[in-house]
Amino acid sequence: MPLLNQPVSLSHYLLVGAILFACGIVCMATKRNAIGVLMGVELVLNGAAVNFVAFSAPFLRGDAELALGLDGHLMTLFVIVLAAAEAAVALAIALCYYNTHATIDVDQGDELRG
Amino acid sequence: MELARLLPLLLLSAWLLPLGSFAAIVFAGPRMGRGGRKAAYLATGAIGAALVLSLAALGAWLWHHPLAADSQAVAPLSGDWYTLAEFGKLRLAIGYYIDALTLGMFVMVTLISTCIHVYSIGYMREELGEVTDPLVRGSDGGPLVRPGRFPRFFQYLSLFCFSMLGLVVAGNIAMVFVFWELVGICSYLLIGFYIERRSASTAANKAFIVNRVGDFGMIVGIMILLGGLGTFAFGDHLGAEGKVEPGIFSQVRPASAEHGLVVPDGLVRMAAADRLAAVYASMPSADAAEEEIARQIPQLRRAGYGYGLLILAGLGIFCGCVGKSAQFPLHVWLPDAMEGPTPVSALIHAATMVAAGVYLVGRFYPVFAPEVLLVIAVTGCITLFLAATIAIAATDIKRVLAYSTVSQLGYMMFSLGLGGWAAGLFHLFTHACFKALLFLCSGSVIHACHTNEMTEMGGLRKKMPWTAGTMLVGCLAISGAGIPLLIGLSGYHSKDAILAQAFSFARHAPAHAWLFYVAAAGAALTAFYMFRLWFMTFSGKPRVEQVYDHAHESPAVMIVPLVILAVLAISAGWTLPGVDWGLPELLEQARPLGTAEGFPEARTIAGLVVPAEHHSHAPAVHKIVSLAAFAAALAGFLIAAAFYGLRLLSAAAARRWFAPVHWLLVHKWFFDELYDALFVKPALFLARQAAEIDRGVIDWAADGSARLCLRIARIDDWIDRWIVDRFINGLGRWTWRLGLALRPLQSGQLRQYVVMIAVSTVTIFVLISIYRNYAFLP
Repeated sequence: MPLLNQPVSLSHYLLVGAILFACGIVCMATKRNAIGVLMGVELVLNGAAVNFVAFSAPFLRGDAELALGLDGHLMTLFVIVLAAAEAAVALAIALCYYNTHATIDVDQGDELRG
Repeated sequence: MELARLLPLLLLSAWLLPLGSFAAIVFAGPRMGRGGRKAAYLATGAIGAALVLSLAALGAWLWHHPLAADSQAVAPLSGDWYTLAEFGKLRLAIGYYIDALTLGMFVMVTLISTCIHVYSIGYMREELGEVTDPLVRGSDGGPLVRPGRFPRFFQYLSLFCFSMLGLVVAGNIAMVFVFWELVGICSYLLIGFYIERRSASTAANKAFIVNRVGDFGMIVGIMILLGGLGTFAFGDHLGAEGKVEPGIFSQVRPASAEHGLVVPDGLVRMAAADRLAAVYASMPSADAAEEEIARQIPQLRRAGYGYGLLILAGLGIFCGCVGKSAQFPLHVWLPDAMEGPTPVSALIHAATMVAAGVYLVGRFYPVFAPEVLLVIAVTGCITLFLAATIAIAATDIKRVLAYSTVSQLGYMMFSLGLGGWAAGLFHLFTHACFKALLFLCSGSVIHACHTNEMTEMGGLRKKMPWTAGTMLVGCLAISGAGIPLLIGLSGYHSKDAILAQAFSFARHAPAHAWLFYVAAAGAALTAFYMFRLWFMTFSGKPRVEQVYDHAHESPAVMIVPLVILAVLAISAGWTLPGVDWGLPELLEQARPLGTAEGFPEARTIAGLVVPAEHHSHAPAVHKIVSLAAFAAALAGFLIAAAFYGLRLLSAAAARRWFAPVHWLLVHKWFFDELYDALFVKPALFLARQAAEIDRGVIDWAADGSARLCLRIARIDDWIDRWIVDRFINGLGRWTWRLGLALRPLQSGQLRQYVVMIAVSTVTIFVLISIYRNYAFLP
């Protein structure tokens, strides 16, 4: 396990992000509950956010003395805000969906299938 | 007001009144009372007012230039009312040329026209309502029923009078030509008044086309005069710089040569253009050349240069008159012109149209060289004899009168050609009176009988006493009845004057004496056919009972003009004793300067002498001629009486004896057939050939190109259908199928989508990595 022997580096962060992302995907693909799917979405977003932050670390950049080194962080903040907004909208959708289908099983919502 | 201003004003008003009535009827005709009845009153009023104005003008003239036994020529008034355009020396103007002839014509035309207008109110009454024309088949197979055309008739009459008056008053040859053509178109419109009848439209066309033939010559004459003299005007005209620009007449007969016929400089220049061009080339400057030419012109004139052109110009003008006055060989249109309503025939035959030709010959008299005069005389002589013979055999009452008109016009031309200027125009005036009378009488008969055929009439004297009486007056007048050497009806005086001139001519130029004998024979023929007409129509027993029973006297509105005209037919030729008032004296005032003495000799024809007209007034000549003419007319009358009045001789037997002659005369000397073969058939043949070319070549090419287009379009269509459409449809079908094939992918299963996205992304990454050889792959 070479990664575990080494000091914490970019690869570790990326590994964490990748695991989060993969968990999110798996969660979305397996959960029939709409809330569960939403949670999967949150995990995917956070996985991406970890990647942004990791790539934005000053010691990883070649132009550290020139740049402020905050662009990754900013993107991450955007992602968090977006996730919050998305969660609000998505929960509203889930409520509506429940109103019409009397369930939140996403497999039941296949009226628009081809 | 002085005469020179008063007369143009009076004549202008008299001339324009009918135009005003024409315009009013054009715009408001059908709205003038029921069926347009009031249009007749308007037109009649206009022409009546014109008559009053003309009489006033004549009165003013006579006040200033009283008539006398030895009336002298009075200088005419000439000038322009309105200048249309000016091109250098050439002026186009509405001008006037007023002398005693103009005034006499004005009074004559308006007087006759007024009578005819009044008469027409009665005659055309049927046109007020719906008209049933039994001669034309309507679309339903029965007789044609059409709306009446009462106002239109009077509208044309007004235009006709306007045109004729314009022609008479015209001060230049261009204006004459304009009104000449207007008269032609009016006669065309009126002859073709019953346009639905094929015969009427054909006759109208014939009249118009035959006149065009004459007008062709007239245009040639006008062009020669214009090219040589540089002016259209008859009289002298005061130029812009106060210089007198001589008109046609004073150029041809200059005062410097005592009004003798002189070939004008312009014509000499035209004829000798080649020689003068050589002079120009040889001289150093244009001024010197002009001087040299001016010096040479008298020599050239003596050598005969330009004389041929003068003759040609005269013949050209006369050619127009031949067409309009229906002289041989263009006389064929006038008898056919009978297709118009009878008042129109009267108008054409008496006051307008045919009078125009004679008038123009009289007006252009100063321009005619003796050779031209001989041509005019011979033409007139042939015409008068030819037409008289045809009239003998005709049975249509109007056709007899038509041929008698042609014959009498022949007399006028004959007289003018022989130097009898006053005699010819005198006959024009008297003839207008009695020919209008005769035609209106025949109209009255036709109105009563509803047929033109004299073979169906007879004995009408008792039914129509007024018509019979006035017609008898007309017959006597045209035959020249009178007490020899004393007094007679109008025709007696004028025909005597003509024959006297012919006799005088025969004595001076014995080589052409035959002209006199033919004319004298013509006088006998005239009396014969006129009384044949009268006897066949009015005397004896009715031939067809049905026609006789139906006949009735015409209404007063038609009888009154007849009586007026009868009075004129009796008295128009008289010279009032004591004061010497008469038409011959009036005409003497208008005699063109220099023509009184005739021509002592002609340049090209040996022995041709045109005697002065006053020689024919000599008692010796007058006595012989008067008795000869009376004898001829009496002979004609007695023969007619023997055949048709007393029935001592049988007309049918005479027909059998002279069968070939009768056959020739009934077919009118085969002129129509001759022209048909000579001109009409070839023209139709050419037209057919042209039509064939149209059909065979042009149509073929046009149709062929259309067919080619069609074929190309078919190919195009095939390409569209089988290539373009198939491609497009195939594309559509393929897209459709693809869509169908992809349908199951849209399953609506959210989780499946997520897996698909993930798997696809990974797949894409893997593929990119393989192709780009990224290092992180093992």
